[in-house]
Amino acid sequence: MTNHLETSEMLLNMGPQHPSTHGVLRLVLKLDGERVKAVECVIGYLHRGVEKIGENRTYMQFAPYVDRMDYISAVSNGLGYCLAVEQLIGAEAPPRAQIVRVLFAELNRIASHLLWLGTSALDLGAMTALFYTMREREEVLKIFENYCGARLTTHAFRIGGLQYELHDTFEAETRAFSEMFKKRLDEYEKLLTKNPIWVERLKGVGILTAEECKSYAVSGPMLRAAGVNWDLRKAQPYSGYEQFDFEIPVLHGADSYDRYRIRIEEMRQSLRIIDQALERIPSGAIMAKVPKVLKPAPGEVYVSIEAPKGELGYYIVSDGSLHPYRLRVRPPSFVNLASLEKMAVGALVADVVAIIGTIDIVLGEVDR
Amino acid sequence: MTFETLLPYLMAAIFAMAFPLVTGYLVLVERKILADFQARLGPMRVGPHGLLQPIADALKLILKEDTVPKDADKFLFYLAPLLSVVTAFGSFAVIPISATLRIADLNIGLLLISALAAVGVFGIILGGWSSNSNYSLLGALRGAAQLISYEVALGLSLVTVVMLSGTLSMQGIVEAQFNQRIWFLFGNYGLMLLSFFIFLIAAVAEVNRAPFDLPEAESEIVAGYHTEYSGFRWALYMLAEYTNIFIICAVAATVFFGGWLRPFANIEWLAYPMDAIFPAALLFLSAWGCARMKLFPFTALLGISGLVFLIPAVATALSAPFWFFLKVSAVFYVLIWFRASWPRLRYDQLMDLGWKRLIPLALGALLANAIIGML
Repeated sequence: MTNHLETSEMLLNMGPQHPSTHGVLRLVLKLDGERVKAVECVIGYLHRGVEKIGENRTYMQFAPYVDRMDYISAVSNGLGYCLAVEQLIGAEAPPRAQIVRVLFAELNRIASHLLWLGTSALDLGAMTALFYTMREREEVLKIFENYCGARLTTHAFRIGGLQYELHDTFEAETRAFSEMFKKRLDEYEKLLTKNPIWVERLKGVGILTAEECKSYAVSGPMLRAAGVNWDLRKAQPYSGYEQFDFEIPVLHGADSYDRYRIRIEEMRQSLRIIDQALERIPSGAIMAKVPKVLKPAPGEVYVSIEAPKGELGYYIVSDGSLHPYRLRVRPPSFVNLASLEKMAVGALVADVVAIIGTIDIVLGEVDR
Repeated sequence: MTFETLLPYLMAAIFAMAFPLVTGYLVLVERKILADFQARLGPMRVGPHGLLQPIADALKLILKEDTVPKDADKFLFYLAPLLSVVTAFGSFAVIPISATLRIADLNIGLLLISALAAVGVFGIILGGWSSNSNYSLLGALRGAAQLISYEVALGLSLVTVVMLSGTLSMQGIVEAQFNQRIWFLFGNYGLMLLSFFIFLIAAVAEVNRAPFDLPEAESEIVAGYHTEYSGFRWALYMLAEYTNIFIICAVAATVFFGGWLRPFANIEWLAYPMDAIFPAALLFLSAWGCARMKLFPFTALLGISGLVFLIPAVATALSAPFWFFLKVSAVFYVLIWFRASWPRLRYDQLMDLGWKRLIPLALGALLANAIIGML
């Protein structure tokens, strides 16, 4: 049957002020009814020129800036930057500092995944999950606050180790959180994992196969949900991750539902790492011997870590002066976001919201 | 004119004047219950425990600037919210709160409610279309498709009730439940449970509540058909929405749960326990529950007011409204429960559920009920 009715396409401007574009992402959707014909991503509303600022600050001065890229996981950003600069100057953090860094990085991974779970559930209309995840995330932020005084942009680490010793109640707080959170994770799963509407909204939505993931250089939970076993904590261990016994969850659905399950499982594995790390915090120094004025020899490094959202890399070129000659960040959100068009074309408007949710972007990192 | 002839007019006037306030408090109750599900407190700032929040909200909305988008169809833009409100309020005419407390006993009561709900769609379509905004248009289209689809299932499930009662009058349906000594929820050897299940799903879709709140899905299309509305006109849409929720809960209570009848209405000796002791105990218990919130003057008042039910004359007079509103509240609570626990369906899944599952199921239920009824 041929359609004689004349229909026209609708151009829908979604964002930069839209409830579920997670910040200031703007999408220009070409719609046929509710079906998406084309997507155009417009970014840059949060651009602050972080990389250029890096060229005009000393290495230590720049450290707090990285917290403000992916502000949901500031600890991971700081860890990546410290590791990169340490490699550039040939220093290594002492064992105690390394384990503490792992602890904070994993706590931060949980906090980041919790925020993701809450907000992307809210995008699908399941508003209750948001309040539960925020309640648990608060406990993580309290630990951060007790340690370094800040909750979000923590600046927890220093080049060469840590500035502060662990506070007295750290172990008790973290143990209590770990105990409590195991039960809460099961609660989330009861609320969502087998919920028929939740499954129907996510299963088969936003499929990105392993091949496509690789061609878009997608990393993190999205890649592992497509069946690729690639996690930098195992593949190129840093900061002592090789000492820990944990698994990398891998699923093969390549859809939004498996991305959700991967992130839930990753939180469980993070708890395992936290429990092990608490057992084996060595005593000793927390700061390596680092010169007061950092003047690395000319050269370049690329150091990448497994941030909650994927591979976070720092490429630093030194010309021997006080400032980096060039500082480039490889942000997981920005790279992963590029695959949106591939996934969204042919989907419905409601799916676009679900897909943005499961990519897990932070616009502070996309735009920098 | 006697009091009996005046009563309907009086009730209509009271309904029309009081319902905006009642709606405001329905919203407050919903926010409080939802907050309880979500491990938070809900409104707390305006008045003790947020008790004056609805009044503050209403004042804010009335005082807000009344904006009309550029290039909007002004006449329809003004008309649409009114259409929604008028059709929602119209349904009140046939809701019986007790055997005497009602505005009108029409012999087509149930039909009138369905018809008014159908006309109410125009409020959504016209509001969305006249706003001249993409989001509004998407919301309006979703609303129209959804309401038309689910009206069929809703109608079919109500037909099974009519087959049992033999009348379309709301009053008659309650009386039929009294005469047949059974709530229609359990009628036809439990087969009516299926009808109620279909009715509940279709009713939630009919009033655009989660998980069927697609026409105003915040995370997808901002606010759907009322994106461009603000201030008083927006308040009218909200008024219509919550009135519709009340109506649909009242219909459920009336046709499935025996309306104003107490449980076991035919057993004489249960009259005093059910009409007097139960309400008194319930109010006292809820007052005790509220004491947790440190609202002593209010809770004490609530607890004492429960005691009046122990006077036999008062119990006879007040038990019917008490049971009616208790049943309405129970259904309302279930709707909030839905909202707290389920994500939103997608547009194509909604149509799928409506046309491919609910309507065949409703037809099957209708057929099965008809066969059992003939036996």
